[in-house]
Amino acid sequence: MATGEQPIEPNVLLRLDGVTKVYSLGDGVEVHALRGVSLTVHTGEFVAVMGASGSGKSTLMSLLGCLDRPTSGAYFLEGRDVSRLSRNELADVRNRTMGFVFQSFNLLSRTSAKENVELPLLYAGASTKVRKERAMEALGRVGLADRSNHHPNQLSGGQQQRVAIARALVNQPRILLADEPTGNLDSRTSIEIMALFQELGRSGITVVVVTHEPDIAAYATRVVMMRDGRVVDDHRQVPLAAVVPPATVEDVEGGVLAGGAP
Amino acid sequence: MNPWVTFKVALRALLRNKTRSGLTMLGIVIGVSAVIAMVAIGEGAKVKVAQAFDAMGTNLLIVMSGSTQGGGMRGGAGTMPTLTWGDLASVRTEVSSVKYAAPVCQTGASIQSDEQNWTTMIVGTSLDYFAIRNWAIDKGALFSQADIDSGSKVLVMGTTVAEKLYGAGVDPTGRTIRVRGSPFQIVGLLTSKGQSPMGQDYDDAVVMPVTTFRAKIQGGLAQYIPGVVFVGATSSKTTSRAQRDIEDLLRDRHHLQPGIESDFSIRNLSELAGASQQGTQVMTSLLAAVAAVSLLVGGIGIMNILLVSVTERTREIGVRMAIGAKPRTILAQFLVEALTLAVMGGVVGIGLGIFVAQRLAASFQWPLLIRGDIIVLAVGFSAAIGIGFGLYPAWKASRLDPIDALRYE
Repeated sequence: MATGEQPIEPNVLLRLDGVTKVYSLGDGVEVHALRGVSLTVHTGEFVAVMGASGSGKSTLMSLLGCLDRPTSGAYFLEGRDVSRLSRNELADVRNRTMGFVFQSFNLLSRTSAKENVELPLLYAGASTKVRKERAMEALGRVGLADRSNHHPNQLSGGQQQRVAIARALVNQPRILLADEPTGNLDSRTSIEIMALFQELGRSGITVVVVTHEPDIAAYATRVVMMRDGRVVDDHRQVPLAAVVPPATVEDVEGGVLAGGAP
Repeated sequence: MNPWVTFKVALRALLRNKTRSGLTMLGIVIGVSAVIAMVAIGEGAKVKVAQAFDAMGTNLLIVMSGSTQGGGMRGGAGTMPTLTWGDLASVRTEVSSVKYAAPVCQTGASIQSDEQNWTTMIVGTSLDYFAIRNWAIDKGALFSQADIDSGSKVLVMGTTVAEKLYGAGVDPTGRTIRVRGSPFQIVGLLTSKGQSPMGQDYDDAVVMPVTTFRAKIQGGLAQYIPGVVFVGATSSKTTSRAQRDIEDLLRDRHHLQPGIESDFSIRNLSELAGASQQGTQVMTSLLAAVAAVSLLVGGIGIMNILLVSVTERTREIGVRMAIGAKPRTILAQFLVEALTLAVMGGVVGIGLGIFVAQRLAASFQWPLLIRGDIIVLAVGFSAAIGIGFGLYPAWKASRLDPIDALRYE
């Protein structure tokens, strides 16, 4: 990684410096999604980004994930300014540094869990052998090693999200970015996913979760509140330990119905 | 990402949607097979026509006598004998573009074997006749120059006649038949030649020395040939020249002043064959053009499906970009998908095209002619269609913004 552009504090993973994002809707109409956000995230933190819709939290997420470039300001990722990289260079950064988890899972349909998890390695140019090994390892980490040949429509919602997390982890990223990861899950499965995130945080992966649910934010070590494109509150907290309650009949049935498992 | 991995990614994407991929390929399959089958049909027809004209004779010119004229009534070609044996000899020896020349005298007559009779065409000619018409002996032997010189009562028989007199598969050589009351020995059986372009059966004839024909079958004025002269030019390119040379020679020999109409006529069958072949060539081109249009429609089908597929798979493209696919990787994937569909369609189309061509050739009894260059062309064209029509959807997919793609509903 490049150094020297920015004096690195120990453990600083990323730093946003006065970042703005303006969307132009045509006819001179502009939307200021971010109005100067500065934020420093350290390695191993579990950050929850909260805010109402339109507060700019999703825009912040796409900038952090290198899916988009800021209109102004700088974004240092591991000491390197990535705010002016080309589309191709950003793709490489995403592939090597980021893992993404989405609200709607976004697994490739009619494709086995294993092949879904292998995808990032495919784009990283890993050999078939390495891909198979690492995909199985990642699936094992989320507890789905025995489901590796199942297709998404044969898995429950929680299982699909765990496959998506395995896919996000398979390239050994520094950051895991999750956009409303529990939005489509029942509360019990949500707690399972949060437990998994807390475990990843302990193993040194930085987790950033965008959510509008305070229940979910409670599991984070740090909460960033957004409003009208600005950070209005940023505090560290003692996280709630994610303990999965014992299963009840209603939960199982609810999970089956919600997840659409066979 | 290396090409092999790109290919695998594209193949997996295609296999995830087997029905759609199959239907997309169908357009190309039909287009390619149509091109191959149509061209094969056209080529087969062309060869069939060429064969028919070859059966008539190679580089054939027919020199015919003039017409009778009395009281303003003209009798038509050949009614007035004007060609002499001397004319024949000089055409054969003095014109450099002429390789063969044979007198052909013919008449219909009834012939009798011991048990049967049959009315057929009796031809009196020389040995050149068989060379001009590419007509070989199947069993026995041809009569010889000595037979012609001495006027022997021998003949060779066409297969139809042999079948009518002796039944199928019987070798008639050595047997004796009577023609106009005279006994003739059958010395040979001719190979089967089939039908003329007009449907006349070439094999329904017997051929004997011209001297014997004149002595026993049909006489005539001593110095004139009671029939026509078949001329074989040295090559297909020299038939027109031979025609002009013969015209000049005969006008000279007949002492015709310039401006006076010739007292003979020359028919050039090569020109007829050429015109006929041009006709089939036009048909071939027409069929190929129709087939090419269907190939083009197949290509547009690929573009349609891929465009729909790009829209339908917008989120997939977004996910792929989020986890590290570069725009050019997406471009490559969609291009390879298009190319794979087109080339696979092309290969299946070749198989189907050859199969259809075989069926058609079998049912029309045409020779099967699959042109290698057409196969290469059709597959090259389908690959070009894959790239050409795949490029726009692929480019569109690669230009997607990852965020927009991920949020696409």
